[in-house]
Amino acid sequence: MSATTTPLEPQTSGADSPGEHSDDHIETVGSTPWKRFSRHLLLCLVGAVMIYPLLWLVSSSVKPDDEIFSDLSLWPSHFDFSHYTKGWNALDHSFGLYLVNSLLLTALAIAGNLVSCSMAAYAFARMQFRGRKLFFAMMMGTLMLPAHVLLVPQYILFSKLGLLNTYWPLLVPNFTAGNAFFVFLMVQFMRALPRELDEAARIDGCGPFRIFWRIVVPLCMPAFATTGIFTFITTWNEFFSPLLYLTDSRLYTVPLALRQFMDSQGTSSWGQMFAMSVVSLAPVVGFFIAGQKYLVKGIATTGLK
Amino acid sequence: MSKSSPHSQSLLGGPEPVRRRPRGQRQNWAAYLFLTPWFAGMLFTVVPFAASLYLAFTDYDLLTPAKWVGLDNFRELFADERLHHSLMVTFVYTFVSVPLSLAVALGVAMLLKSGVKGLPVYRAVFYLPSLLGSSVAVVMLWRAIFGSNGAVNKFLELFGIHGPSWTSDPDTSLSVLIGLHVWTFGAPMVIFLAALKQVPVSYYEAAAIDGAGKWRQFRSVTLPLITPVIFFNLVLSLIGSLQTFTQGYVFSNGSGGPADSTLFYNVYLYQQGFTSFNMGYASAMAWLLLVIVAAFTALNFIAQRYWVFYEND
Repeated sequence: MSATTTPLEPQTSGADSPGEHSDDHIETVGSTPWKRFSRHLLLCLVGAVMIYPLLWLVSSSVKPDDEIFSDLSLWPSHFDFSHYTKGWNALDHSFGLYLVNSLLLTALAIAGNLVSCSMAAYAFARMQFRGRKLFFAMMMGTLMLPAHVLLVPQYILFSKLGLLNTYWPLLVPNFTAGNAFFVFLMVQFMRALPRELDEAARIDGCGPFRIFWRIVVPLCMPAFATTGIFTFITTWNEFFSPLLYLTDSRLYTVPLALRQFMDSQGTSSWGQMFAMSVVSLAPVVGFFIAGQKYLVKGIATTGLK
Repeated sequence: MSKSSPHSQSLLGGPEPVRRRPRGQRQNWAAYLFLTPWFAGMLFTVVPFAASLYLAFTDYDLLTPAKWVGLDNFRELFADERLHHSLMVTFVYTFVSVPLSLAVALGVAMLLKSGVKGLPVYRAVFYLPSLLGSSVAVVMLWRAIFGSNGAVNKFLELFGIHGPSWTSDPDTSLSVLIGLHVWTFGAPMVIFLAALKQVPVSYYEAAAIDGAGKWRQFRSVTLPLITPVIFFNLVLSLIGSLQTFTQGYVFSNGSGGPADSTLFYNVYLYQQGFTSFNMGYASAMAWLLLVIVAAFTALNFIAQRYWVFYEND
């Protein structure tokens, strides 16, 4: 994942207001039917290349083993769902356990990010305090800091604390607003909220905590949605930290478990591997479809991927 | 929204004494309370950051106490052939895949820019892969598709071309991962798309009246106006792809093979630090990469003066 500083801000502040709704009108302006057709053709071609690997994956997961690599067709001669049942139980533990592990970790990561990042963002966006500029600059600095520089000392620390093979090392960054992208995203969002709301609440006797909880948090739901979805996807896909900190296969997350299919490269298990790959990607695709709107907004304002 | 508040002047008590400050303009302790988790996080960043620099000058294997070795690790860095090779792999990967994927991203964004029926569908299809590109499942999938009897070679056979064994041939294995990177062009594309929509239609109309064709409009209107976004995407992609790990690690099962052809810098760092437990050396490697990333980023920021166009200037 990567993210950004401010250069994009001015361009995107009103990003989707002029675009989306007038799309259909614009298309008819100044383009011949032939041009339109060829453009769609080109787009469909690119789209086909983009989506083909994923379709191939799904189709291979239900093909009989001997058809996977012998037949280009995406439609299997007959549907064979045994890869799913076999793959589910092919590893040390049932795949259900890995899914539960990943889900638990992801849920905690989302909770941690929402709480810690929104608190930090509120302070940066709405409060005056000593050191504000310096701290904000530090936070933006961590955006640029490559994580691998901290890796070795953090690993040593966790190992000395006896926290290897626990989820703590994976979750600490989430509960300490360690993900500066999300803080930045929320700061941007909170700055755009009308200040009069704070003033009015203050006159009515609200302290900063009530203002945060009663006014800012409810208005920031779109930014929280973006954060939540992105956290879900990155935590779900995260491979490096689990690889580093988890060696006990009972604690494995889905990506670590999946990789075992490749370790024990019984070539006969391709189908099972693909089946479990589908299982592992399905939640991401699901979240993407459900939260597309927030994702697109999120990238446009911060450059997250 | 003015974020710079007047409090700095009014604190000096200057010539405008009656200016009423709303209650709680300075809220030090409350703000610090809100920032507590973040402070903890910074502690968790700053201390390891310093420790990492110290470790770079030591020999440390996690079991015996760290031993100060001065510049030995850095001397070793300069003599380590495998490290140079991993740097090469990372550079080739970065300098091929970043421009390529940005070009594709911009091209497709141009196609989508002026409003196409079904834009949300296209955008979703193009964007989805960028969410999956770093997942273990997809890297393994690419291995399978590009295997010697994978789908790609089956497809080439239709045209009578006998494709190489992409994944096991050291000459082609890295290009498979470059392909995977280009496949994830959707993220910069969405950013380009947002920027392109900001270019006022009147600019194009003016250019058209002056007789500029489509290509000329792109060169002289679109491109200059979106240079800030190109720059932005470039910096991000560069930083990200110099630090590639998962793709190389999963693709080669941790070895960087075949024949070290996918030995990304961070894969090698992982091997040194967490397979061989040369943690001092791994720290020195991390700092070298930090310097390289910082240098490229700084270079980018210097170079932008010559090609990035900011309308407000």
